[in-house]
Amino acid sequence: MQIYLPIAEMSVNVLVILGMGWAIGFLSGVFGVGGGFLMTPLLMFLGVPPPVAVGTGANQIVASSVTGVIAHTRRGHVDFKMGGVLLVGGILGSTAGVWLFALLQRLGQIDLAISLCYVLFLGVVGGLMLVESAQAMIRSHRKGARPRSGAGRHNWIHGLPFKMRFRKSKLYISALLPMGVGFFVGVLTAIMGVGGGFVMVPAMIYLLGMPTQVVVGTSLFQIIFVTANTTFLQAALNQTVDVVLALLLLLGAVVGAQAGAQAGARLKSEQLRILLALLVLVVGGKLAYDLVAIPDDVFTLISELP
Amino acid sequence: MPSRRRSDRGPAARPAIVPVPVPVVIALVIGLLAGLATMAGLAVVMGARAQQQVQPLVADLSKHLVAITTAFSGTDVLLFGATDGPGDVVLVVRGPRTTKVVRKKARLAGVIWANRDSVTYDNVPAFYQVFASRPLEEIAPKSVLSRHQIGTENLVFTKVDQSVTDSFVPGFRAALVRLNQKQQLYGEGVLPVTQLANRLFRAELHFPANVPTGSYSVEVYLIRQGDVVSAEITPLVISKIGLGAEIFDFAHQQAPLYGLAAILVAVITGWAAAIMLRRN
Repeated sequence: MQIYLPIAEMSVNVLVILGMGWAIGFLSGVFGVGGGFLMTPLLMFLGVPPPVAVGTGANQIVASSVTGVIAHTRRGHVDFKMGGVLLVGGILGSTAGVWLFALLQRLGQIDLAISLCYVLFLGVVGGLMLVESAQAMIRSHRKGARPRSGAGRHNWIHGLPFKMRFRKSKLYISALLPMGVGFFVGVLTAIMGVGGGFVMVPAMIYLLGMPTQVVVGTSLFQIIFVTANTTFLQAALNQTVDVVLALLLLLGAVVGAQAGAQAGARLKSEQLRILLALLVLVVGGKLAYDLVAIPDDVFTLISELP
Repeated sequence: MPSRRRSDRGPAARPAIVPVPVPVVIALVIGLLAGLATMAGLAVVMGARAQQQVQPLVADLSKHLVAITTAFSGTDVLLFGATDGPGDVVLVVRGPRTTKVVRKKARLAGVIWANRDSVTYDNVPAFYQVFASRPLEEIAPKSVLSRHQIGTENLVFTKVDQSVTDSFVPGFRAALVRLNQKQQLYGEGVLPVTQLANRLFRAELHFPANVPTGSYSVEVYLIRQGDVVSAEITPLVISKIGLGAEIFDFAHQQAPLYGLAAILVAVITGWAAAIMLRRN
């Protein structure tokens, strides 16, 4: 069953898109990540033009983050104050990112920038996660789980001005720090078409020292607004948001997320993290290979917008 | 009497005529001959016009509007027509003119492949296919084919911008054609025209799912002994229709509002999903 996507200007199989949405929803249900880092490369693989894949990806993440935040708020796992500060940085970052996106598109280097960002972040995050979860598994085999403590560390970070108290996160740190993290992730959102959860979550745990249980809900909270801003700007400036494609992906993802959550409940958290780390590394490795390997065709063809 | 009078006048007039220099006479004769030739030429042209009035070539399409609806997955259009006798029929389908950038990747720092050089072309038909009853080189000489831009090698692209020296440009031009062929937007070689009893002809035009929208022209040429005897251009419009068209227009004409609508749709869907998840 074929459907014509009005913005991507191509015809796709409805079942393929629904299936893709389902698979990504399943993964996000299992691992608690948005799955944008898989969505955008998969869409490009289907032949969706990279700018449309990125713009539509952002739109789809708005919806999945809303779902996630509602669930986390019910459990009281969202630090709204921290989310607000991250958001200020995020809005600035995603605005700068959309502008940078348009600039790179003009220079003809957007494909390279997207690929390089993916390789770099997927490699670093995947590698760190793999090492960390492997260590945790070894530890839990030797003796009982020993929780990692980030509190009590003192370094240059604590000397920064504009200190703020975040009750829910039990932190007293400079507002510049979360704002900087938010800005950085905002730029990534615009260029990579991802929520940035896979960068944001480690940054919140290791850099800001936030308690793990509020991290996911808080990052999702700010991701809603940052991806909404990206969606708006990509739609207004570049006309690259395809609502038909986004809706189809969403329908699949909603169903997949439920199945994923049930499957995730049956797996141990270290095992989950190792699997996620491997998945992240595989995607990153594939993209890295494509950058280095001799391309099938050294020429590419782009329509210039009037 | 009049003749006499004329002869009377004759001698009187003669002195006036005689001094006319020889070159002038020659010029007059040549002028007369040229005039005659022009008239003869005109007669031939008029003859040709008259012949065209009985129409050596008629052609039409099974439809003049290809509607891209949400269920669009490519379509076929039948071109059919008749000629007034034997001759080769050549068909050219041309899409709207666009600007295309051809980029070439090169190794960056010896490791990563990145876009480096580019050539920008204008007047690139977004779609191009040639149909003929025989191989083109058997139908007409190169000069005729290139005058009518028949065949991908005879397409005239306007170079707008280039970052390489002229000697590298042919490679970019070849890539432009090749990449369009890969996307099925340009036909590879010549597609068949079926001729029946030297009079009727038909061709199946196929438009793939990724066909660009816009105004197309379908040119039909009747060629005899390597000369275009008659030609006809039929317009064809390919446009989005229905919901898809409305979404596209909305996205392009009221881009900021469209962005807000896209966000609203996402928030509502996400909310609904959360409620559904809770029930389960």
